[in-house]
Amino acid sequence: MAGHHDEFIRLEGKIFTKSFFFLLTLVLIGFFFIGVRYVKGIGAVSNMSDGYPWGIWIAYDVATGTAIACGGYAVAILIYIRNHMKYHPLIRSALLTSLFGYGLAGFSVVIDLGRYWNSYGFFIPSRWQINSAMFEVALCVMTYTLVLVIEFLPAVLWSLENSRGVTIRKVADWLHPRLVPSDDRLSSGLEWVRSSAAWLRPRLDKVLVFFIVLGITLPTMHQSSLGSLLLIAATKLNPLWHTGFLPLLFLINCIYIGYAIVILESIISSSAFKRPIELNELSGLSRIIPWLTIIWLSVRVGDLVYRGQIANALRFDFYSCFFLIEFLLVAGGSIILFSPRMRRSPRWLFITAAMLVLGGALYRFNVYLIGFNPGQGWHYFPSFAELMITVGVVALELLGYQVLVKLFPVLPNPKAHGHGESQHHHKEQNIPHGAVHVGK
Amino acid sequence: MSKQTRRTFLKTIGLGGAAIMAAAGGVCQASEQSGVNNEALGMLYDATMCVGCKACMTVCKRVNSDFGGLSFEKAPFDQDGIWDAPQDLSGSTRTLIKLYKESDDRWSYIKYSCMHCQKPSCVSVCPVSAMTRDKQTGIVDYNKDTCIGCRYCQVGCSFNIPKFQWEKSLPQIVKCDLCKNTNLKEKGISACAETCPVGAIAFGKRKDLLEIAHNRLKENPGRYMQHVYGEHELGGTNHLYLAGVPFDKLGLPILPENAPAEFSEKIQHTIYKGFVAPVALYSTLCFIALKNQKKHEGSHNGADHDGENRGEREEHK
Repeated sequence: MAGHHDEFIRLEGKIFTKSFFFLLTLVLIGFFFIGVRYVKGIGAVSNMSDGYPWGIWIAYDVATGTAIACGGYAVAILIYIRNHMKYHPLIRSALLTSLFGYGLAGFSVVIDLGRYWNSYGFFIPSRWQINSAMFEVALCVMTYTLVLVIEFLPAVLWSLENSRGVTIRKVADWLHPRLVPSDDRLSSGLEWVRSSAAWLRPRLDKVLVFFIVLGITLPTMHQSSLGSLLLIAATKLNPLWHTGFLPLLFLINCIYIGYAIVILESIISSSAFKRPIELNELSGLSRIIPWLTIIWLSVRVGDLVYRGQIANALRFDFYSCFFLIEFLLVAGGSIILFSPRMRRSPRWLFITAAMLVLGGALYRFNVYLIGFNPGQGWHYFPSFAELMITVGVVALELLGYQVLVKLFPVLPNPKAHGHGESQHHHKEQNIPHGAVHVGK
Repeated sequence: MSKQTRRTFLKTIGLGGAAIMAAAGGVCQASEQSGVNNEALGMLYDATMCVGCKACMTVCKRVNSDFGGLSFEKAPFDQDGIWDAPQDLSGSTRTLIKLYKESDDRWSYIKYSCMHCQKPSCVSVCPVSAMTRDKQTGIVDYNKDTCIGCRYCQVGCSFNIPKFQWEKSLPQIVKCDLCKNTNLKEKGISACAETCPVGAIAFGKRKDLLEIAHNRLKENPGRYMQHVYGEHELGGTNHLYLAGVPFDKLGLPILPENAPAEFSEKIQHTIYKGFVAPVALYSTLCFIALKNQKKHEGSHNGADHDGENRGEREEHK
């Protein structure tokens, strides 16, 4: 499984690029406002209020961000449960985005929590409150982030095994010339790291499948619970969104967003890093999406009909408009994807995947913010500082991805492409400029 | 896709989905009101008796200021902060009197504070048991030493009662606890009820308060809206209201009789009953994944990939 290390390559190139410094600026601005938040309180940076106690930090960073980070989950289902090994080359980049998405959702929660120093209460059984959907989400997300780290570990171990210590020397030299370790110490230290990484990797590979399956079970639990979180808001959430099916809708929603985001991410990183597009895998993925969205849309519409809310949905007022945008984005993207010709066009793949991600994300925004009305007199629109904190967190995510694909073998190796595919594909594809082949 | 993989896929989706579907189905039946505790302590606020002197607000802040660092809220004209002039319930104000004025002869005062629900949403949603409901007294209490400040209680509360200290770097939630740690402990009555000069706030057991309320409705039918607010709202509250104008005009929303917490807990409990569903899901998935792994290894060694992805490959041509 994770043993096919020749499936992945490390992207060679400079780490300190222009986009690196651009993103770094955004990250620093975000962290400045985070500092303000810790000194002067949440009210100093955000427009949240007692009526809207959850703003974009929860609605975007947590509720939507983790759905966008479901690529790893969705692809793992496809590979390990539905047994489509040909998608295996996509797994590592999907896992890496998941890891960032979830890690930063957790980071945002710590910014958002008012009394963060009490968070250790999640590990004290006497404080557990199993009726709370948030309790379930919190424990599940923490465990899942850990599982993601373990799932990503083979890539790190591989790099450790093959490292020559150049970077360490450079960093030490940059800090202070005296810190540069002597060749003897370095090589003995490296030998130790290398041998322990080599010892650990095959052992990890053997048990990895149990973590992978855990990595499928946990998102199934907490993604549905993210929907359950708003079940309690029966008197505040607009009936277009408040339903007993919230958990099921959130679960299916995150899976199709997951596939769509893998397509998006793959096309974007192909063009950004000037690599060939993995068209066969992507169009295969896109074939699955419409079937999921059909189930989702039927539950969604069937539920509205059952509860007699269809008239409200077509009233073209504020709430109805947001419902219709959400509906049209998801339905439109799915209809286009039913056509095999569209599925083979990178441009249409990109457009439809973007529609599905936007529509799916809007659904989550509608549930958490737009459809949420605590009563007369309350309004919410994020403040500049609040937005910049979220922008900073997202920039950190992109920055980390950009750096890590250059440190570890993450991206699919075009040379060893397509496990279950015929051979002639290999010859047609050129090895991209700057790619280092990483063998077993 | 081959038939077998589709079946395993459906199995996967089915397992997760079935539990949720079952839950949603179960909830559609009207949930019966769980046992209401009429021995619980509560208050009856009679808006037609209140003279709007705000003595209850003053005494509440004085008595409870240590529990939440309740500070004075300055009025724009009062730079020294001699006058406490809260605009609404807030991180510094647990109870508040407001005036609703429709015309010169139709108006009413209204007092806001925690409703002390029989089935409180805030207690149901708090992930770390910082919100609790005392079984005997029915008091919904807040413990800042366990609270993580996630503000889920605020999302859950239909009355928008719990308030957060947005302006503080070490904030907490603030809400009425019926003077549990202060006046009630010392004198057996909440400070606001003790102080009210016209007896607009009655303090006592819920059953007695309900009796008083219904007697007043019977004796003076012209004076009151014929409804005791809080008797049935959201499964009943221990804080009850009588008023001479419609309650929703006074900022007390029209609410169903079912507690939202019963609805959400029913779904959550159905999915996670005994943790059976997650464990079953995990073991089923493990079984499938291990089988797939073996199959894959076998085909790998035999250099035979024919079993895989027949459907997709057609498309690639």
